[in-house]
Amino acid sequence: MKTIQIFGGGCAKCGILYQHAEAAAKELGMEYRMEKVSDYEKIAEAGIMATPALAVDGKLMLEGRVPTIAALKELLK
Amino acid sequence: MFKPVQLFADWLVHGVFGLGRETLAGGAVNFFVFDTIKIFLLLAAIIYAVSVMRTFLPPSRVRDIILKKKRFTAHLWAAGLGIVTPFCTCSAIPLFLGFIQTGIPLGVTFSFLVASPMINEVALVMLFGMFGFKIAALYAASGFVLAVLSGLLIGRLRLEGLLEGFDQTKRVQNAVLGAEMAWSERRAYAKDYTLDILKKVWPYVLIGIGVGAWIHGYVPQDLLARWAGADKWYAVPLATLVGIPLYSNAAGIIPLVSALTEKGVALGTTLAFMMAVTGLSLPEFMILRRVMKTKLLFIFFGIVGAGIMFTGFLFNFVMR
Repeated sequence: MKTIQIFGGGCAKCGILYQHAEAAAKELGMEYRMEKVSDYEKIAEAGIMATPALAVDGKLMLEGRVPTIAALKELLK
Repeated sequence: MFKPVQLFADWLVHGVFGLGRETLAGGAVNFFVFDTIKIFLLLAAIIYAVSVMRTFLPPSRVRDIILKKKRFTAHLWAAGLGIVTPFCTCSAIPLFLGFIQTGIPLGVTFSFLVASPMINEVALVMLFGMFGFKIAALYAASGFVLAVLSGLLIGRLRLEGLLEGFDQTKRVQNAVLGAEMAWSERRAYAKDYTLDILKKVWPYVLIGIGVGAWIHGYVPQDLLARWAGADKWYAVPLATLVGIPLYSNAAGIIPLVSALTEKGVALGTTLAFMMAVTGLSLPEFMILRRVMKTKLLFIFFGIVGAGIMFTGFLFNFVMR
């Protein structure tokens, strides 16, 4: 079970990253749990400086961009 | 460099549309076609190149570089790296906290916060395209100096007490990103980013160049010199104030301003106006309110605003 966290204050791009990440996880057939983090202090605490960002099991994987579903699948593997 | 574009504009306007070279309409339409094509080519090329470069400089890396610099050099680096870091209002808070909580001084953070929105590639391309290299360089240099000086001043004033309730002693560890980007990802990012920006700015650019072309063709020369010439003391403060609510429309405003400058608005006034448009923004003000007290925001706006006006007066005085 992996926890996929999407960080962002609710901008349009954060929503797209959320959808892409969930689609990628589904396509990989992995067990996952999605989590949205929109609290600014929590985002800063995670060391993130550009939103949207994505972390898997607490490990920050990307910030400030929205990759394609294919690229996310590589990242989530 | 843009000879083929001019040839195309000549052919389209004078050949296909049949508008005479010497007519007002012919001149204005030619100006519009040429500038539009030139600006969009420049925007696409430069934004793409800058975006690729940015994939090597994510904000966390920028922060780590600044963190290693001392005092004055830190301000220089913060302002310099602010230029290449994209600034979006929605990322302003994590960026700000990321700086402060890893131990970057408030003044240095402000140097970054002033340079980042003010000296951005869209504004620079528009300035280069409409005014030429000299003015674009002048704008970038003044913005840089302004960012360094206002950051130094804010640092001197010791305003750390005016930050809003978040734990400043909690030092956040530097985040480590999971994977390096592949070249294909850098290209994909740059393409997306370029298209994103172009989609956002194209109507403003078209309207700006359109109205600019009309002014260029129809408004008499020096009409505005009477009200906005270099000898009018109120022109600079007025331009700065008007510029504040026009945030994020730099792309449409620069062609307009270019036409106005041609009709007699002084250069310093023009520079002050554009700096106010890009550097002082109300949405940014509102969002930064979450991490700093209103008093600090006003001090920040006051210092940058005063710096912008000073720049305007200086150039009006020097270039007279």
